Amino acid sequence: MTTYYTEDHEWIAVEGDIGTIGITKYAAEQLGDVVFVEVPDVGADFAKDDDMAVVESVKAASDVYAPVTGAVTASNEALAGAPETVNQDPEGAGWFCKIQLSDAGQLSTMMDGAAYETFCEGL
Amino acid sequence: MAETSATFRTALHDLHVEIGGKMVAFAGYDMPVQFDGVKAEHLWTRAHAGLFDVSHMGPCFLTLPSGPREGEDAHAEIAAIIETLVPSNIAGLKPGQARLTVLLNEQGGILDDLIITRPADPAQQGRLYIVVNGVVKHQDWAMFEDKLAGQAVLTRADEGNILVALQGPEAEGVLAVHLPAITDMTFMRCLPMRVQGMDALVTRCGYTGEDGFELLLPVVGGVDFVRELLSDDRVKPIGLGARDSLRLESGLCLYGHDMDATRNPVEADLQWVIQKVRRHRADFPGAAYILKDLADGPAEKRVGIQPLERAPAREGIEIQIDGTRVGVITSGGYGPSVDKPVAMGYVRADLAVPGTKIDLIVRGKARAAEVCALPFVTQNYKR
Repeated sequence: MTTYYTEDHEWIAVEGDIGTIGITKYAAEQLGDVVFVEVPDVGADFAKDDDMAVVESVKAASDVYAPVTGAVTASNEALAGAPETVNQDPEGAGWFCKIQLSDAGQLSTMMDGAAYETFCEGL
Repeated sequence: MAETSATFRTALHDLHVEIGGKMVAFAGYDMPVQFDGVKAEHLWTRAHAGLFDVSHMGPCFLTLPSGPREGEDAHAEIAAIIETLVPSNIAGLKPGQARLTVLLNEQGGILDDLIITRPADPAQQGRLYIVVNGVVKHQDWAMFEDKLAGQAVLTRADEGNILVALQGPEAEGVLAVHLPAITDMTFMRCLPMRVQGMDALVTRCGYTGEDGFELLLPVVGGVDFVRELLSDDRVKPIGLGARDSLRLESGLCLYGHDMDATRNPVEADLQWVIQKVRRHRADFPGAAYILKDLADGPAEKRVGIQPLERAPAREGIEIQIDGTRVGVITSGGYGPSVDKPVAMGYVRADLAVPGTKIDLIVRGKARAAEVCALPFVTQNYKR
Protein backbone atom coordinates (compact mmCIF):
# COMPACT_ATOMS: atom_id res chain seq x y z
CA MET A 1 0.00 0.00 0.00
CA THR A 2 1.32 3.47 -0.91
CA THR A 3 0.00 6.76 0.45
CA TYR A 4 -0.05 9.92 -1.68
CA TYR A 5 -0.81 13.51 -0.65
CA THR A 6 -2.32 16.49 -2.47
CA GLU A 7 -1.73 20.21 -2.09
CA ASP A 8 -5.37 20.41 -0.91
CA HIS A 9 -4.31 18.36 2.15
CA GLU A 10 -5.98 15.11 1.22
CA TRP A 11 -4.37 11.70 1.41
CA ILE A 12 -5.09 8.63 -0.67
CA ALA A 13 -3.79 5.22 0.37
CA VAL A 14 -3.75 2.97 -2.68
CA GLU A 15 -3.89 -0.80 -2.68
CA GLY A 16 -4.42 -2.36 -6.11
CA ASP A 17 -6.95 -0.10 -7.84
CA ILE A 18 -8.72 0.96 -4.64
CA GLY A 19 -7.75 4.22 -2.92
CA THR A 20 -8.85 5.14 0.62
CA ILE A 21 -9.27 8.91 0.94
CA GLY A 22 -9.22 11.30 3.87
CA ILE A 23 -7.88 14.66 4.99
CA THR A 24 -4.44 15.07 6.52
CA LYS A 25 -3.52 15.77 10.13
CA TYR A 26 -2.45 19.26 9.02
CA ALA A 27 -5.88 19.89 7.47
CA ALA A 28 -7.70 18.59 10.54
CA GLU A 29 -5.67 20.86 12.79
CA GLN A 30 -6.36 23.86 10.58
CA LEU A 31 -10.10 23.15 10.55
CA GLY A 32 -10.36 22.83 14.29
CA ASP A 33 -13.12 20.81 15.91
CA VAL A 34 -14.97 18.88 13.21
CA VAL A 35 -18.71 18.76 13.92
CA PHE A 36 -20.13 17.25 10.73
CA VAL A 37 -18.92 15.24 7.77
CA GLU A 38 -20.88 14.56 4.62
CA VAL A 39 -19.37 11.54 2.84
CA PRO A 40 -20.27 10.53 -0.72
CA ASP A 41 -22.74 7.75 -1.49
CA VAL A 42 -21.43 4.36 -2.58
CA GLY A 43 -21.65 4.12 -6.37
CA ALA A 44 -21.19 7.84 -6.97
CA ASP A 45 -18.74 8.77 -9.74
CA PHE A 46 -16.30 11.64 -9.40
CA ALA A 47 -13.84 13.25 -11.73
CA LYS A 48 -10.56 14.47 -10.24
CA ASP A 49 -11.09 17.83 -8.40
CA ASP A 50 -14.89 17.42 -8.14
CA ASP A 51 -16.48 18.35 -4.81
CA MET A 52 -16.71 14.95 -3.18
CA ALA A 53 -17.35 15.47 0.52
CA VAL A 54 -17.89 18.27 2.99
CA VAL A 55 -16.29 18.68 6.37
CA GLU A 56 -17.74 21.24 8.76
CA SER A 57 -15.85 22.52 11.75
CA VAL A 58 -16.96 24.97 14.41
CA LYS A 59 -15.58 27.63 12.09
CA ALA A 60 -16.79 26.87 8.57
CA ALA A 61 -17.78 24.35 5.93
CA SER A 62 -14.98 23.13 3.68
CA ASP A 63 -15.23 21.13 0.49
CA VAL A 64 -13.15 18.02 0.04
CA TYR A 65 -12.14 17.44 -3.58
CA ALA A 66 -11.82 14.08 -5.28
CA PRO A 67 -8.04 13.60 -5.58
CA VAL A 68 -8.57 11.09 -8.43
CA THR A 69 -11.24 10.07 -10.93
CA GLY A 70 -13.26 7.00 -9.98
CA ALA A 71 -16.32 5.42 -8.39
CA VAL A 72 -16.98 5.26 -4.66
CA THR A 73 -16.90 1.67 -3.37
CA ALA A 74 -17.30 2.42 0.35
CA SER A 75 -17.92 5.41 2.58
CA ASN A 76 -17.21 5.84 6.27
CA GLU A 77 -20.73 6.04 7.69
CA ALA A 78 -19.32 6.03 11.24
CA LEU A 79 -18.32 9.69 10.80
CA ALA A 80 -21.99 10.71 10.83
CA GLY A 81 -22.25 9.80 14.50
CA ALA A 82 -18.65 10.58 15.46
CA PRO A 83 -17.31 13.48 13.36
CA GLU A 84 -14.62 14.11 16.00
CA THR A 85 -12.85 10.99 14.66
CA VAL A 86 -11.51 13.26 11.90
CA ASN A 87 -9.60 15.25 14.54
CA GLN A 88 -8.59 12.22 16.61
CA ASP A 89 -7.32 9.98 13.81
CA PRO A 90 -7.46 11.87 10.49
CA GLU A 91 -5.17 9.51 8.63
CA GLY A 92 -6.71 6.32 10.08
CA ALA A 93 -10.23 5.81 11.44
CA GLY A 94 -11.17 9.26 10.15
CA TRP A 95 -11.08 8.14 6.48
CA PHE A 96 -13.90 9.46 4.28
CA CYS A 97 -14.38 6.99 1.42
CA LYS A 98 -12.81 4.41 -0.87
CA ILE A 99 -12.63 4.97 -4.62
CA GLN A 100 -11.97 2.58 -7.47
CA LEU A 101 -9.38 4.45 -9.53
CA SER A 102 -10.08 4.99 -13.23
CA ASP A 103 -6.63 6.37 -13.98
CA ALA A 104 -3.76 5.37 -11.72
CA GLY A 105 -1.59 7.79 -13.72
CA GLN A 106 -3.19 10.66 -11.77
CA LEU A 107 -1.22 9.54 -8.71
CA SER A 108 2.07 10.49 -10.34
CA THR A 109 1.46 14.21 -9.78
CA MET A 110 0.93 13.78 -6.03
CA MET A 111 3.44 13.99 -3.18
CA ASP A 112 4.80 11.22 -1.02
CA GLY A 113 4.88 11.60 2.77
CA ALA A 114 8.26 13.32 2.90
CA ALA A 115 7.42 15.76 0.12
CA TYR A 116 4.10 16.60 1.76
CA GLU A 117 5.82 17.27 5.06
CA THR A 118 8.18 19.70 3.34
CA PHE A 119 5.19 21.28 1.57
CA CYS A 120 3.42 21.91 4.91
CA GLU A 121 6.54 23.35 6.50
CA GLY A 122 6.60 25.93 3.72
CA LEU A 123 3.03 27.10 4.43
CA MET B 1 -17.99 37.61 10.04
CA ALA B 2 -17.27 40.26 7.48
CA GLU B 3 -13.64 39.98 6.51
CA THR B 4 -11.96 43.08 5.22
CA SER B 5 -8.34 44.02 4.86
CA ALA B 6 -6.71 44.72 8.19
CA THR B 7 -5.48 48.29 8.39
CA PHE B 8 -5.58 48.71 12.16
CA ARG B 9 -4.27 46.95 15.21
CA THR B 10 -5.68 47.24 18.70
CA ALA B 11 -3.30 48.07 21.53
CA LEU B 12 -3.58 44.40 22.58
CA HIS B 13 -2.40 43.10 19.19
CA ASP B 14 1.12 42.19 20.26
CA LEU B 15 -0.21 40.44 23.34
CA HIS B 16 -2.58 38.32 21.20
CA VAL B 17 0.29 37.26 18.96
CA GLU B 18 2.55 36.57 21.95
CA ILE B 19 0.01 34.20 23.55
CA GLY B 20 -0.69 32.26 20.37
CA GLY B 21 -3.64 34.05 18.80
CA LYS B 22 -4.39 33.10 15.21
CA MET B 23 -4.96 36.47 13.58
CA VAL B 24 -7.48 37.37 10.87
CA ALA B 25 -8.80 40.57 9.33
CA PHE B 26 -12.07 41.69 10.93
CA ALA B 27 -13.78 45.08 10.76
CA GLY B 28 -10.57 46.59 9.45
CA TYR B 29 -8.50 45.25 12.36
CA ASP B 30 -6.09 42.35 12.66
CA MET B 31 -7.89 40.36 15.35
CA PRO B 32 -7.48 36.93 17.00
CA VAL B 33 -10.01 34.41 15.67
CA GLN B 34 -8.86 31.75 18.13
CA PHE B 35 -6.25 30.82 20.73
CA ASP B 36 -6.77 27.25 22.07
CA GLY B 37 -9.57 26.45 19.61
CA VAL B 38 -13.10 27.70 19.17
CA LYS B 39 -14.85 24.87 20.98
CA ALA B 40 -12.50 24.87 23.99
CA GLU B 41 -12.71 28.66 24.31
CA HIS B 42 -16.50 28.60 24.05
CA LEU B 43 -16.86 25.96 26.76
CA TRP B 44 -14.28 27.71 28.96
CA THR B 45 -16.26 30.96 28.87
CA ARG B 46 -19.49 29.21 29.89
CA ALA B 47 -17.72 27.50 32.81
CA HIS B 48 -15.06 30.01 33.94
CA ALA B 49 -14.09 33.43 32.56
CA GLY B 50 -13.16 34.42 29.01
CA LEU B 51 -11.34 37.61 28.11
CA PHE B 52 -12.26 39.28 24.80
CA ASP B 53 -10.50 42.19 23.11
CA VAL B 54 -13.31 44.28 21.64
CA SER B 55 -11.21 47.38 21.10
CA HIS B 56 -12.19 47.31 17.42
CA MET B 57 -15.67 48.42 18.48
CA GLY B 58 -16.77 52.02 18.64
CA PRO B 59 -16.89 53.47 22.15
CA CYS B 60 -17.63 57.19 22.10
CA PHE B 61 -19.26 60.03 24.01
CA LEU B 62 -21.93 62.46 22.89
CA THR B 63 -21.97 65.64 24.94
CA LEU B 64 -23.93 68.87 24.93
CA PRO B 65 -21.87 71.65 23.27
CA SER B 66 -21.84 73.51 26.61
CA GLY B 67 -20.24 70.47 28.28
CA PRO B 68 -21.46 68.12 31.00
CA ARG B 69 -23.03 69.52 34.14
CA GLU B 70 -25.22 68.53 37.07
CA GLY B 71 -28.96 68.17 36.81
CA GLU B 72 -31.81 66.14 35.36
CA ASP B 73 -32.39 68.80 32.73
CA ALA B 74 -28.93 68.21 31.25
CA HIS B 75 -29.73 64.52 30.78
CA ALA B 76 -33.15 65.35 29.35
CA GLU B 77 -31.50 67.65 26.85
CA ILE B 78 -28.93 65.16 25.50
CA ALA B 79 -31.53 62.34 25.58
CA ALA B 80 -33.91 64.33 23.41
CA ILE B 81 -31.11 64.83 20.88
CA ILE B 82 -30.13 61.15 20.55
CA GLU B 83 -33.80 60.08 20.60
CA THR B 84 -34.16 61.65 17.13
CA LEU B 85 -32.03 58.73 15.85
CA VAL B 86 -33.09 55.81 18.07
CA PRO B 87 -36.52 54.50 19.17
CA SER B 88 -35.65 53.72 22.81
CA ASN B 89 -36.50 55.71 25.90
CA ILE B 90 -33.14 57.32 26.66
CA ALA B 91 -34.68 60.14 28.72
CA GLY B 92 -35.93 57.54 31.19
CA LEU B 93 -32.52 56.03 31.91
CA LYS B 94 -31.43 56.24 35.52
CA PRO B 95 -27.90 57.48 36.30
CA GLY B 96 -25.53 54.60 35.51
CA GLN B 97 -28.11 52.67 33.48
CA ALA B 98 -27.26 51.23 30.04
CA ARG B 99 -29.75 50.24 27.37
CA LEU B 100 -29.56 48.39 24.05
CA THR B 101 -31.06 50.31 21.16
CA VAL B 102 -30.87 50.60 17.38
CA LEU B 103 -30.00 53.37 14.95
CA LEU B 104 -32.76 53.68 12.36
CA ASN B 105 -33.06 54.96 8.82
CA GLU B 106 -36.14 56.79 7.52
CA GLN B 107 -37.75 53.46 6.56
CA GLY B 108 -37.24 52.09 10.05
CA GLY B 109 -34.39 49.83 8.87
CA ILE B 110 -31.65 49.06 11.36
CA LEU B 111 -28.37 50.88 10.68
CA ASP B 112 -26.67 49.47 13.79
CA ASP B 113 -27.34 48.19 17.27
CA LEU B 114 -25.66 50.06 20.10
CA ILE B 115 -25.59 50.46 23.85
CA ILE B 116 -26.33 53.88 25.28
CA THR B 117 -25.40 54.62 28.89
CA ARG B 118 -26.31 57.56 31.12
CA PRO B 119 -23.28 58.45 33.27
CA ALA B 120 -23.59 57.63 36.96
CA ASP B 121 -21.55 60.68 37.96
CA PRO B 122 -23.92 63.57 38.87
CA ALA B 123 -21.41 66.05 37.41
CA GLN B 124 -21.38 64.24 34.02
CA GLN B 125 -25.01 64.75 33.00
CA GLY B 126 -25.62 66.02 29.50
CA ARG B 127 -23.28 63.33 28.20
CA LEU B 128 -23.94 59.80 26.94
CA TYR B 129 -21.51 56.89 26.72
CA ILE B 130 -22.24 54.98 23.54
CA VAL B 131 -20.71 51.81 22.12
CA VAL B 132 -21.44 51.06 18.46
CA ASN B 133 -20.37 48.12 16.30
CA GLY B 134 -16.84 48.09 14.90
CA VAL B 135 -17.85 47.28 11.32
CA VAL B 136 -20.05 50.37 11.01
CA LYS B 137 -18.51 52.76 13.54
CA HIS B 138 -17.25 55.25 10.98
CA GLN B 139 -20.63 55.55 9.27
CA ASP B 140 -22.41 55.78 12.64
CA TRP B 141 -20.11 58.57 13.75
CA ALA B 142 -20.48 60.38 10.45
CA MET B 143 -24.24 60.18 10.95
CA PHE B 144 -23.98 61.61 14.49
CA GLU B 145 -21.82 64.48 13.26
CA ASP B 146 -24.15 65.15 10.35
CA LYS B 147 -27.57 64.82 11.98
CA LEU B 148 -26.61 66.17 15.40
CA ALA B 149 -24.40 69.01 14.16
CA GLY B 150 -24.52 71.96 16.54
CA GLN B 151 -26.55 69.99 19.10
CA ALA B 152 -24.03 67.50 20.44
CA VAL B 153 -20.28 66.97 20.27
CA LEU B 154 -18.92 63.53 19.39
CA THR B 155 -15.77 62.34 21.14
CA ARG B 156 -14.29 59.08 19.92
CA ALA B 157 -12.99 56.82 22.68
CA ASP B 158 -11.61 54.04 20.48
CA GLU B 159 -8.19 55.68 20.20
CA GLY B 160 -6.06 55.85 23.32
CA ASN B 161 -8.28 53.29 25.01
CA ILE B 162 -8.85 49.56 25.01
CA LEU B 163 -12.26 47.92 25.37
CA VAL B 164 -12.20 44.44 26.85
CA ALA B 165 -14.93 42.06 27.97
CA LEU B 166 -14.60 39.53 30.77
CA GLN B 167 -17.42 37.01 30.50
CA GLY B 168 -18.50 33.90 32.32
CA PRO B 169 -19.61 32.70 35.76
CA GLU B 170 -16.17 33.42 37.26
CA ALA B 171 -15.83 36.90 35.75
CA GLU B 172 -17.19 38.59 38.86
CA GLY B 173 -14.76 36.78 41.17
CA VAL B 174 -11.79 37.56 38.94
CA LEU B 175 -12.60 41.23 38.55
CA ALA B 176 -13.57 41.74 42.20
CA VAL B 177 -9.93 41.05 43.16
CA HIS B 178 -9.12 44.41 41.55
CA LEU B 179 -12.50 46.16 41.66
CA PRO B 180 -14.46 45.05 44.76
CA ALA B 181 -17.29 47.50 43.97
CA ILE B 182 -18.42 45.48 40.93
CA THR B 183 -20.16 42.87 43.08
CA ASP B 184 -22.92 45.37 43.83
CA MET B 185 -23.61 46.09 40.17
CA THR B 186 -26.49 44.48 38.28
CA PHE B 187 -26.93 43.75 34.56
CA MET B 188 -26.75 46.83 32.31
CA ARG B 189 -25.32 49.11 34.99
CA CYS B 190 -22.22 51.20 34.41
CA LEU B 191 -19.89 52.85 36.92
CA PRO B 192 -16.69 54.87 36.64
CA MET B 193 -13.96 53.30 38.75
CA ARG B 194 -10.32 53.77 39.62
CA VAL B 195 -8.07 50.78 39.11
CA GLN B 196 -4.27 50.80 39.38
CA GLY B 197 -4.24 54.57 38.98
CA MET B 198 -6.42 54.45 35.86
CA ASP B 199 -9.91 55.75 35.19
CA ALA B 200 -12.03 52.80 34.05
CA LEU B 201 -15.59 52.71 32.82
CA VAL B 202 -17.11 49.37 33.84
CA THR B 203 -20.44 48.06 32.52
CA ARG B 204 -22.04 44.80 33.61
CA CYS B 205 -23.00 43.51 30.17
CA GLY B 206 -21.72 41.36 27.37
CA TYR B 207 -22.35 39.39 24.22
CA THR B 208 -22.16 35.78 25.40
CA GLY B 209 -25.35 35.26 27.43
CA GLU B 210 -23.17 34.92 30.53
CA ASP B 211 -22.72 37.31 33.40
CA GLY B 212 -19.79 39.59 32.70
CA PHE B 213 -18.30 43.02 32.32
CA GLU B 214 -17.00 45.36 29.66
CA LEU B 215 -14.18 47.71 30.61
CA LEU B 216 -13.05 50.85 28.83
CA LEU B 217 -9.47 51.47 29.95
CA PRO B 218 -6.65 53.74 28.82
CA VAL B 219 -4.02 51.98 26.70
CA VAL B 220 -1.35 53.13 29.13
CA GLY B 221 -1.81 50.81 32.09
CA GLY B 222 -4.75 49.01 30.48
CA VAL B 223 -2.60 46.54 28.58
CA ASP B 224 -0.74 45.60 31.78
CA PHE B 225 -4.06 45.21 33.57
CA VAL B 226 -5.22 42.78 30.86
CA ARG B 227 -2.00 40.78 31.35
CA GLU B 228 -2.78 40.61 35.04
CA LEU B 229 -6.33 39.41 34.38
CA LEU B 230 -4.95 36.72 32.05
CA SER B 231 -2.53 35.56 34.74
CA ASP B 232 -5.54 34.45 36.82
CA ASP B 233 -6.06 30.68 36.37
CA ARG B 234 -9.77 31.25 35.87
CA VAL B 235 -9.23 33.42 32.78
CA LYS B 236 -8.38 32.46 29.19
CA PRO B 237 -8.20 34.68 26.11
CA ILE B 238 -11.08 34.13 23.69
CA GLY B 239 -11.10 34.81 19.94
CA LEU B 240 -13.73 35.96 17.47
CA GLY B 241 -14.72 32.38 16.62
CA ALA B 242 -16.02 31.58 20.09
CA ARG B 243 -17.42 35.10 20.41
CA ASP B 244 -19.67 34.25 17.47
CA SER B 245 -20.75 30.81 18.70
CA LEU B 246 -21.40 32.14 22.23
CA ARG B 247 -23.61 35.00 21.03
CA LEU B 248 -25.46 32.74 18.58
CA GLU B 249 -26.30 30.14 21.25
CA SER B 250 -27.52 33.02 23.42
CA GLY B 251 -29.83 34.22 20.64
CA LEU B 252 -28.04 37.56 20.27
CA CYS B 253 -28.05 39.28 16.88
CA LEU B 254 -24.96 40.02 14.82
CA TYR B 255 -25.28 43.28 12.92
CA GLY B 256 -25.02 42.92 9.14
CA HIS B 257 -26.24 39.34 9.39
CA ASP B 258 -29.28 38.92 11.66
CA MET B 259 -30.34 42.51 11.11
CA ASP B 260 -29.43 45.25 8.67
CA ALA B 261 -30.85 48.32 6.95
CA THR B 262 -33.50 46.17 5.21
CA ARG B 263 -34.99 44.90 8.52
CA ASN B 264 -36.87 46.93 11.08
CA PRO B 265 -36.88 46.14 14.83
CA VAL B 266 -40.24 44.35 14.62
CA GLU B 267 -39.02 42.00 11.90
CA ALA B 268 -35.80 41.49 13.88
CA ASP B 269 -37.88 40.58 16.97
CA LEU B 270 -36.28 43.51 18.78
CA GLN B 271 -39.52 45.46 19.28
CA TRP B 272 -38.73 45.44 23.01
CA VAL B 273 -36.12 48.15 22.39
CA ILE B 274 -39.03 50.52 21.64
CA GLN B 275 -40.48 51.45 25.01
CA LYS B 276 -44.13 52.40 25.35
CA VAL B 277 -43.48 56.13 25.70
CA ARG B 278 -41.75 56.18 22.32
CA ARG B 279 -44.51 54.13 20.65
CA HIS B 280 -47.05 56.68 21.88
CA ARG B 281 -45.01 59.61 20.65
CA ALA B 282 -44.16 57.91 17.33
CA ASP B 283 -41.31 60.36 16.93
CA PHE B 284 -38.42 58.16 15.75
CA PRO B 285 -37.15 57.55 12.19
CA GLY B 286 -39.40 55.20 10.25
CA ALA B 287 -42.03 55.26 13.01
CA ALA B 288 -44.90 54.90 10.53
CA TYR B 289 -43.45 51.66 9.08
CA ILE B 290 -42.49 50.25 12.46
CA LEU B 291 -45.80 51.04 14.18
CA LYS B 292 -47.68 49.52 11.24
CA ASP B 293 -45.67 46.29 11.60
CA LEU B 294 -46.28 46.37 15.38
CA ALA B 295 -50.02 46.64 14.78
CA ASP B 296 -50.47 44.34 11.78
CA GLY B 297 -47.47 42.04 12.16
CA PRO B 298 -44.42 42.04 9.87
CA ALA B 299 -44.15 40.00 6.67
CA GLU B 300 -41.15 38.09 8.02
CA LYS B 301 -39.75 37.62 11.48
CA ARG B 302 -36.45 36.58 13.02
CA VAL B 303 -36.65 33.22 14.78
CA GLY B 304 -34.42 30.55 16.28
CA ILE B 305 -33.92 27.52 14.09
CA GLN B 306 -33.05 24.09 15.38
CA PRO B 307 -31.63 21.81 12.71
CA LEU B 308 -32.80 18.27 13.56
CA GLU B 309 -29.88 16.60 11.76
CA ARG B 310 -26.16 17.00 12.41
CA ALA B 311 -25.42 19.24 9.43
CA PRO B 312 -24.88 22.87 10.49
CA ALA B 313 -26.97 25.41 8.54
CA ARG B 314 -24.84 28.40 7.64
CA GLU B 315 -25.80 31.95 6.70
CA GLY B 316 -27.58 32.22 3.34
CA ILE B 317 -29.13 28.76 3.39
CA GLU B 318 -32.70 28.75 2.09
CA ILE B 319 -35.59 27.69 4.30
CA GLN B 320 -38.39 25.79 2.55
CA ILE B 321 -41.69 24.11 3.27
CA ASP B 322 -42.89 21.60 0.66
CA GLY B 323 -40.31 22.92 -1.79
CA THR B 324 -41.38 26.56 -1.48
CA ARG B 325 -39.03 29.21 -0.12
CA VAL B 326 -40.30 30.60 3.20
CA GLY B 327 -37.17 32.19 4.60
CA VAL B 328 -33.40 32.30 4.97
CA ILE B 329 -30.74 31.51 7.57
CA THR B 330 -28.85 34.61 8.74
CA SER B 331 -26.50 33.01 11.29
CA GLY B 332 -25.76 29.38 11.85
CA GLY B 333 -23.18 26.96 13.03
CA TYR B 334 -22.47 24.49 15.74
CA GLY B 335 -23.26 25.28 19.37
CA PRO B 336 -20.58 23.71 21.56
CA SER B 337 -22.60 24.02 24.81
CA VAL B 338 -25.73 22.39 23.37
CA ASP B 339 -23.59 20.05 21.24
CA LYS B 340 -25.71 20.40 18.15
CA PRO B 341 -26.20 22.79 15.27
CA VAL B 342 -27.90 26.10 16.06
CA ALA B 343 -29.13 28.83 13.74
CA MET B 344 -31.33 31.86 13.39
CA GLY B 345 -33.01 33.36 10.41
CA TYR B 346 -36.09 34.97 8.98
CA VAL B 347 -39.30 33.13 8.12
CA ARG B 348 -42.75 34.19 6.95
CA ALA B 349 -44.38 35.64 10.07
CA ASP B 350 -47.19 33.05 10.20
CA LEU B 351 -44.49 30.38 10.52
CA ALA B 352 -42.67 32.12 13.38
CA VAL B 353 -44.07 29.67 15.90
CA PRO B 354 -41.82 27.26 17.83
CA GLY B 355 -42.26 23.71 16.56
CA THR B 356 -43.03 24.68 12.95
CA LYS B 357 -41.41 22.05 10.71
CA ILE B 358 -39.16 23.45 7.99
CA ASP B 359 -36.54 22.18 5.55
CA LEU B 360 -33.07 23.69 5.27
CA ILE B 361 -31.54 23.34 1.82
CA VAL B 362 -27.94 22.43 2.66
CA ARG B 363 -25.89 21.81 -0.49
CA GLY B 364 -29.01 20.87 -2.43
CA LYS B 365 -30.36 18.44 0.16
CA ALA B 366 -33.42 19.19 2.30
CA ARG B 367 -32.49 18.77 5.97
CA ALA B 368 -35.20 18.64 8.64
CA ALA B 369 -35.37 21.52 11.11
CA GLU B 370 -37.88 23.37 13.21
CA VAL B 371 -38.53 26.90 14.35
CA CYS B 372 -37.58 27.21 18.01
CA ALA B 373 -37.53 29.72 20.84
CA LEU B 374 -34.37 31.71 21.55
CA PRO B 375 -31.95 31.51 23.29
CA PHE B 376 -30.58 27.98 22.91
CA VAL B 377 -28.96 28.24 26.37
CA THR B 378 -30.18 29.95 29.53
CA GLN B 379 -28.88 33.50 29.87
CA ASN B 380 -27.10 33.97 33.18
CA TYR B 381 -27.36 37.71 33.69
CA LYS B 382 -27.22 39.17 37.18
CA ARG B 383 -30.50 41.06 37.35
